[in-house]
Amino acid sequence: MLETIKEFAGEFFVTGDPMILGAQISIALVSLAILFVLTYFKKWKWLWTEWLTTVDHKKIGIMYIMASLLMLFRGGFDALLMRIQLAIPDAGFLHGDHYNQIFTTHGVIMILFMAMPLMFGLFNVIVPLQLGARDVAFPFLNAFSFWMFFAGAMLFNLSFVIGGSPAAGWLAYPPLSELTGSPGVGQDFYIWGIQISGIGSLATGINFVVTILKMRAPGMKLMKMPMFSWSTLASCITIMFAFPILTVTLFLLFLDRYMGAHFFTVDGGGNPMMYLNLIWMWGHPEVYIVVLPAFGIYSEVVSAFSRKKIFGYKSMVFALMSISFLSFFTWAHHFFTMGSGADVNAFFAVTTMIIAIPTGVKVFNWLFTMYRGRITFEVPMLWAIAFIPCFVVGGMTGVMLSVAPADFQFHNSYFLIAHFHQVLIGGVVFGYFAAFYYWWPKVFGFKLNATLGKWAFWLWNIGFYVCFMPQYYLGLDGMTRRLYTYDFDMGWLELNILSTIGAFFMGAAFLFQVWDIVYSIKNAKREHKADSWGVGRTLEWGIPSPPPFYNYARVPVVTEQDDFWEKKMRAERGEADPAIVKAAEEAPLEPIHMPKNSGIPIIMSGFWFIAGFGFVWDWKWMIVLGLIGVIATMIARSFNYNDDYYVQVEEIERIEAAAAAKGAV
Amino acid sequence: MSQAVSHDHEHHDHGHIDQNKLKQFGFWLFMMTDVILFASLFATFIVLRDNTSAGPIGADLIEINGIIVSTFILLTSSFTSGLALLEMNKGNKKGLIFWLVVTVALGLGFLGLEISEFIHLVHEGAAIHTSAYWSAFFTLVGTHGLHVTVGIVWIIGICLQLAKRGITPDTRRRVNITSLYWHFLDVVWIFVFTIVYLMEVM
Repeated sequence: MLETIKEFAGEFFVTGDPMILGAQISIALVSLAILFVLTYFKKWKWLWTEWLTTVDHKKIGIMYIMASLLMLFRGGFDALLMRIQLAIPDAGFLHGDHYNQIFTTHGVIMILFMAMPLMFGLFNVIVPLQLGARDVAFPFLNAFSFWMFFAGAMLFNLSFVIGGSPAAGWLAYPPLSELTGSPGVGQDFYIWGIQISGIGSLATGINFVVTILKMRAPGMKLMKMPMFSWSTLASCITIMFAFPILTVTLFLLFLDRYMGAHFFTVDGGGNPMMYLNLIWMWGHPEVYIVVLPAFGIYSEVVSAFSRKKIFGYKSMVFALMSISFLSFFTWAHHFFTMGSGADVNAFFAVTTMIIAIPTGVKVFNWLFTMYRGRITFEVPMLWAIAFIPCFVVGGMTGVMLSVAPADFQFHNSYFLIAHFHQVLIGGVVFGYFAAFYYWWPKVFGFKLNATLGKWAFWLWNIGFYVCFMPQYYLGLDGMTRRLYTYDFDMGWLELNILSTIGAFFMGAAFLFQVWDIVYSIKNAKREHKADSWGVGRTLEWGIPSPPPFYNYARVPVVTEQDDFWEKKMRAERGEADPAIVKAAEEAPLEPIHMPKNSGIPIIMSGFWFIAGFGFVWDWKWMIVLGLIGVIATMIARSFNYNDDYYVQVEEIERIEAAAAAKGAV
Repeated sequence: MSQAVSHDHEHHDHGHIDQNKLKQFGFWLFMMTDVILFASLFATFIVLRDNTSAGPIGADLIEINGIIVSTFILLTSSFTSGLALLEMNKGNKKGLIFWLVVTVALGLGFLGLEISEFIHLVHEGAAIHTSAYWSAFFTLVGTHGLHVTVGIVWIIGICLQLAKRGITPDTRRRVNITSLYWHFLDVVWIFVFTIVYLMEVM
């Protein structure tokens, strides 16, 4: 009996690595500490009613962002481990298999469990406020999406301490990711972690498309909609078309591994290149899914801190939508070396180059927005300004990679690594940080400390260039990706050391950001100003910070693009508001229709987690239990007709008066 | 423009946007994503259709007569789900439930034939692990079958709700959505029938 338990534990838990043992112990301790604190301070009920069952888009957004920062920590830690290993030749810090696991989890976590949830968090926090809506179209589904993401992310991260991490690269190419190449359960954690969170992503995509198309404030025609909402629309449409492909691809890989099917195997007529095509049909749009909202953020931030209307609004919209469309026609540029012939490669080279055009249009629009603007350099604006040169260089190296014959040289070298980190960090991460600092005071009623913010900004930027510029050269010098060690006589020592130093600068920058958050929560002055920066242009800056849970006591009427700014300008010039705007503002308060909190999303996602865990270990009872739970919760939802209520006028008056007393409006 | 007008109208209803309309629109979008899902599976099937790895091929084992019968059953069920909607619009709860039950019964018949076909194929030595062709075959046809199963459970659930609550705006929306879903499965089946079966035996 004892022997079987021992044997099982030996297979179940990852053993034999002191670093992982340390992680296991610290995870156990932290979990116990959280349980203790929640119990000791009697916070369980509060946690359940205020957060775990909430359907409020702002709270869901905050949870997304918190989770994504946690994932940024883990993904960043993975990156530092890799950079330590690569700093010097023949380093023995990590052995090969461990290194493979780390670059795999680094990639998956950064894209799917850091960038995606941070993006969804920003959608949630900002978009309904910008549209003048009281919530998203489907608040219940929104909560479900979050908990599916969370269940998937936890399942994936669990592989670190239980069963072993996946090690077949972030996109898990077969035949390496097949049972023959990766016999362990790590690859199954990969499949189910991504599959479960992917269902949530797809639902979010649909949710925001409906929200944006159907729930804008009266008068806000599509061509008066704020740029961030436009970019969300572009991104969510892309999600709708791309994510089903991911679902299918991972499902087929699962069938290969679980049922012995032959989709991507080398025997039985399978075709591994089919997997590459499918996964990149999702994977390439995916990078645009995360970068488009960043483009929207830059448009908002640049316009706000230049105190000017965005230059070329229509061309901006056109650029967003055409990027979203074109992103589906470039996937094969990820494997020009596959050998599909000159015609196919030429097609995909040209489509890739064409994408540079709308992107270039946007860069000029941002520059022209700043031209002759009254620019001030608050922290969000710093990130936006730093983004432009960084992204231009990253984009240019992308065009270099798109030249198919040249790509045969660049393919899978550090040149490529440097390129995609430059567009993903310089484009996506910088943008999300800009948004993080910009909208923080709207959500919490106080600003983050600017001094600490600037420290983080400069450390990030210096660290970024020191880390990745050498990698371009290393790539041209022959260093390939996914290489865990190299000989001294390759001559890569100096640049690798430099790169590692840069990586640690970015690590330090992250610590400054955490410090900034903690410091500001403790010390920042609670201003509660509606227009936190004094430069707000869109609707959300007209309501209290933080906004009441129903957002708008009266649904606003919009007459202009940048409606809030125009209203401020009218007041400055002493002009009266149009009659319809006035009428909407002075209308008597009416009861507000709101969705009720629900525990079903978190419970249903919990059952998905159980089913996924069962599939990973092939424990039939657990699979059945999980799936029955999923079906039962779905039925419970379908039979529940009591999911909404009205906020009464007295309650609204009380909340609005309290906000006004804090100096909110 | 129509956007703004409809919002104005809703504004008078306590700013209450018509949830049923939103949900129906959301479901249309969901079906678009489901189209992509099936498109990916069709693409996979078409790419792998010649990769039989020296094993049995579809033309040897598929019994097209049975498939024609099940196609006919599914098409009829689509028709009966349309009749259910007509009854609903007349406000006839009994007729509505009757035709929904008929739809479910036909769906079960379709599913039964599909399962017996799968069992027959496996007995003949064509299982999901036989070759890439059969992997793609079972996955594509099976995914459609899974959708039908979900539809059956769903419609049964809605019949129970109708029996309890009658025809209300909420149940009406639920019936509309399931009916949309059911017609969609029918359309997908036409493609399965053509690409997987007819083109194979022709």
